[in-house]
Amino acid sequence: MSLSAYDVIIIGAGSVGTPLAWQLAEAGLKTLVIDRFASVGQGSNKAAIGGIRATHSDIAKIRICLKSIEIFSTWKETYGDDIGWLQGGYAFVAYRPQEEKTLKDLLVLQKQFGLEIDWYDREDYLKLIPSLNPEGLIGGTFSPGDGSASPMLSALAFERRARKLGAEFRYGEVVTAIRQEQGRVRGVITDHGEYAAPIVVNAAGGWAKEVAAMVGIDVPVQPDSHEGGITEPVAPFLRPMVVDIRPIEPTPQMAGSANYYFYQHHTGQIIFCITPNPPILGTDVRETSVFLPQVAQRMIDLMPRLRNLRVRRTWRGLYPMTPDGSPIVGEVEEVQGYINAVGMCGQGFMLGPGLAVYLRKLITGDRDEETQEVLDKLSLYREFAKAEKLK
Amino acid sequence: MSQFRIQSHPILPIPQREAISFTWQGKTLQGYADETIAAALFANGIRVFGYHPKDGSPQGIFCANGQCAQCTVIADGLAVKACMTLLRPGMNVQPLSGLPSLPEAPPARQFHPTRIVSTEVLIIGGGPAGLSAAIELGQRGIRTLIVDDKHRLGGKLVLQTHRFFGSINACYAGTRGIDIATRLENEVAQYPTVTSWLNTTAVAVFSDKRVGVVRSLIDEQGNSEYVLIEPQVLLVATGAREKSLTFKGNTLPGVYGAGAFQTLVNRDLVRAAERLFIVGGGNVGLIAGYHALQAGIQVVGLVEALPECGGYKVHKDKLVRMGVPIYTSHTVVSANGKESVESVTIARVDENWQAIRGTERTFECDTLLIAVGLDPVDEFYRKAKEFGMVAYAAGDADEVAEASAAMFSGKIRGLEIARFLGKNGFEIPTEWLRTAEILKSRPGEVTHETIPEEEAVFPVLHCSQEIPCNPCTSVCSQGAIYIDPEDIRKVPDYIAKKLGVTCIACEKCVTICPGLAITLVDLRKEAEFAHVTIPYEFEKESLKAGDWVTVTDTAGNLLGEVEVIRTRIAKATDRTLLVKVRAPRELATKIAGIRVQENWVAQPTEQWVERLEDDTIVCRCERVTLAEIKEVIRSGVRDMNEIKALTRAGMGACGGKTCSSLIKRAFRELGVPPAEVTENTLRPLFIEVPLGVFAGVKEE
Repeated sequence: MSLSAYDVIIIGAGSVGTPLAWQLAEAGLKTLVIDRFASVGQGSNKAAIGGIRATHSDIAKIRICLKSIEIFSTWKETYGDDIGWLQGGYAFVAYRPQEEKTLKDLLVLQKQFGLEIDWYDREDYLKLIPSLNPEGLIGGTFSPGDGSASPMLSALAFERRARKLGAEFRYGEVVTAIRQEQGRVRGVITDHGEYAAPIVVNAAGGWAKEVAAMVGIDVPVQPDSHEGGITEPVAPFLRPMVVDIRPIEPTPQMAGSANYYFYQHHTGQIIFCITPNPPILGTDVRETSVFLPQVAQRMIDLMPRLRNLRVRRTWRGLYPMTPDGSPIVGEVEEVQGYINAVGMCGQGFMLGPGLAVYLRKLITGDRDEETQEVLDKLSLYREFAKAEKLK
Repeated sequence: MSQFRIQSHPILPIPQREAISFTWQGKTLQGYADETIAAALFANGIRVFGYHPKDGSPQGIFCANGQCAQCTVIADGLAVKACMTLLRPGMNVQPLSGLPSLPEAPPARQFHPTRIVSTEVLIIGGGPAGLSAAIELGQRGIRTLIVDDKHRLGGKLVLQTHRFFGSINACYAGTRGIDIATRLENEVAQYPTVTSWLNTTAVAVFSDKRVGVVRSLIDEQGNSEYVLIEPQVLLVATGAREKSLTFKGNTLPGVYGAGAFQTLVNRDLVRAAERLFIVGGGNVGLIAGYHALQAGIQVVGLVEALPECGGYKVHKDKLVRMGVPIYTSHTVVSANGKESVESVTIARVDENWQAIRGTERTFECDTLLIAVGLDPVDEFYRKAKEFGMVAYAAGDADEVAEASAAMFSGKIRGLEIARFLGKNGFEIPTEWLRTAEILKSRPGEVTHETIPEEEAVFPVLHCSQEIPCNPCTSVCSQGAIYIDPEDIRKVPDYIAKKLGVTCIACEKCVTICPGLAITLVDLRKEAEFAHVTIPYEFEKESLKAGDWVTVTDTAGNLLGEVEVIRTRIAKATDRTLLVKVRAPRELATKIAGIRVQENWVAQPTEQWVERLEDDTIVCRCERVTLAEIKEVIRSGVRDMNEIKALTRAGMGACGGKTCSSLIKRAFRELGVPPAEVTENTLRPLFIEVPLGVFAGVKEE
């Protein structure tokens, strides 16, 4: 049993914990990251498909992701590692008046926030994405500033950078308790040892609820799961992430889905994912036979040429959901030194780096007005009223 | 295209086939409609199928089994595996160069729902193990579905021209592998409850206990159908895949697996090489060398890193007698060549398996076969167990051993499954379990050959190593060849004297020995000369009475030139030519075989070639070098998933089938204990499948 002193302990070396370790190490804090898996990003990070957008409808998420995009897009020139950043934009397609209206309504709000996003009618949209099925196409939105990167390469880059700055990572270690004294966090106990720190950040993704319970906090985070897949690489033909938000009701032959999306990765591979409807709750990430026929029909319906593209691998990842689709971030009233960075709702990868910038300000006591606004929005004590329009 | 076709073969029939035309890079070539694109290209002397998108390195055949994607070509606009895709008349075939472009397609008219099929037993793999299990299940009326990715049943049996070792009672020993395949196939066809789906590739096992399979070529349009199978019991009889090896130039076209070679030569009847070199002295490598000689291919040599070959001694002896040098305690330093293999450099190894500088030799060859062992194809079994399915594994998928052992393990699994499904009234005979163990045995000790005391006529058993094999005991009408029936691994004894019987010179033992290790010496005919009958599995036209041949002893030492006085081939000898030679009496019992390959074939070049480029590849799909992998390991990485993320090793089309074991080996070489290493997460699909197949889109 070793007792070492750190400034901050982060539970979870995933999409959120890893960039946070980098940011805290940059700030000169002695940081320890503990993760149950054998190496960085082996939980839900590597299950993320890599989409990064600022075009949300929630101001906190918009601000965080704008920061993230700044970090992703400049990483290579700043630090040298290629994390696969590709500024291909996001395209939300409309084949029915319902979706056209949803997207156009949202556009008004997004423009108010200063986001670069526009509506394109059918002909212009087909010029933008020539492979779309023209039959029934109305048009869609396009936000050229959004993009994609490799979640795995990004997590590795953040981790390597954090290590260089002195952060420590302990893998294959499970946190079993968070030590508290007189309402203050003192450190954590794992199946391997004990580590002291006045601040503990819960960045445990799909396991966040269990970690919060260690300090007696109940976070309304319920993981569900989505399956994803990747194809063989082909010559570039598709620039943006294509998102189809038409829901499909379940039938006896086919499970229902809320939406699906895919893009061409920097390697030339198409990465795709579907949102099951109703959601599949729980932490089971074993692949099912439902996914491939379901997603393949929807993708080929939208983009006929995909029929000849060979699927290489599939997997399933967790979406730690909150009641309103926004993360839960910040301090809690009951325990000093405990910080939530949980409930990313499947967007941990795109939120992670930006969130790290705000959390760094919170932890170093450098809280500015913008940080406070973001944290207020994401507070555990907010009203979890209604889901965001486009999660 | 005849230059690279096998026009005649001592064992395999050469069918009459109708030629069709196709184009390669715009040039019209001839092929056959029932062959793969890979076979047609090889038959036209084309070995380089494309260039890797990452570094432009030339690509060609590697597994010839649909498992990797090294042989990818563009056929009528689509990227396909040349080794699995059949040639069509007028097909426009292009090399892959860079990333393929995805062709346009019209909107799909209809999505056919995925068919879900229930069965009592699903067997993945219709090879020796799967078919043997199916026979037991069929006999008991159990509904069984066999899926196999090839166009006929039999698995790797269909590539085996040699007679099988093993027990004559348990697994058709003494019969040629190709004929065992037909027997098993015919027997399975008798059982109405057993269905076989050919051209059907299993691609995944899912947590909802379904197995996804793709049936290809289901109609004239060449459509494929994705089917989900819900079995009560899954039997994985998927065989094994060939291990690879790291050396400079190890992915040059012309470097490939021995199994791939057998596929091209014995199934596709293509003379895949002119001059062949083999790495690995296990049975697979030794047999591949023998098959090459039968196909008229020069075998320049074989290297084995250990001081002795691991395969059966009789297999090794066969090669050596025919004139193939075997370099034990040697390794491959490099495969050399620009676009494809032009030569191989070998060297002696020290006690740490490192090449000893100064001992290098280079041999000209166009093909280098890798036969350094097999890994079980066990991903379906591992997934099924993870998902709590009732699953069994048989044959190589369970434990890598000889095909004879695979057949027997299939039989046992078949009975175990029948019992699980509630079929009673039989026990699994306890002696079966012992037989199964015996058939799996590694070759045992080598004893000295016992030469019988001089008699009038008698067989000489050049068989001095304990291996599970007994056909010779079953054919002697006098019962004069004895192996302890309790343990067929024992070396046979000729016991005529003890029994008080005499050899009738029927030559049946000479014919049936799978190791071609029995000769018959007849001293009755001439005073100064003995007549010696030698088994010979080359074309009957190649030898006739009056010819002079060079004979050798078991170790391949030349004994001299002798005259052929008779050759005999009959239905009973089953394509084995019995060559009777007249030899001086003092040589008679030493003669073990006839030299078939001349000395010059195996000569090294005058100077050895050094390949300068350090292109030792671990992951051939993503072109990741051994140096890159070792650098990552040295930096402290212990999770193979992290190696994958950092280097892309294992992210390619094959999904880590070849590189995983090479990465583990790199860990060992760097002194990292296996307990510290986290293995790659195993994920479907195990074979790439077009989205359109999953969606149920069909070509109208």
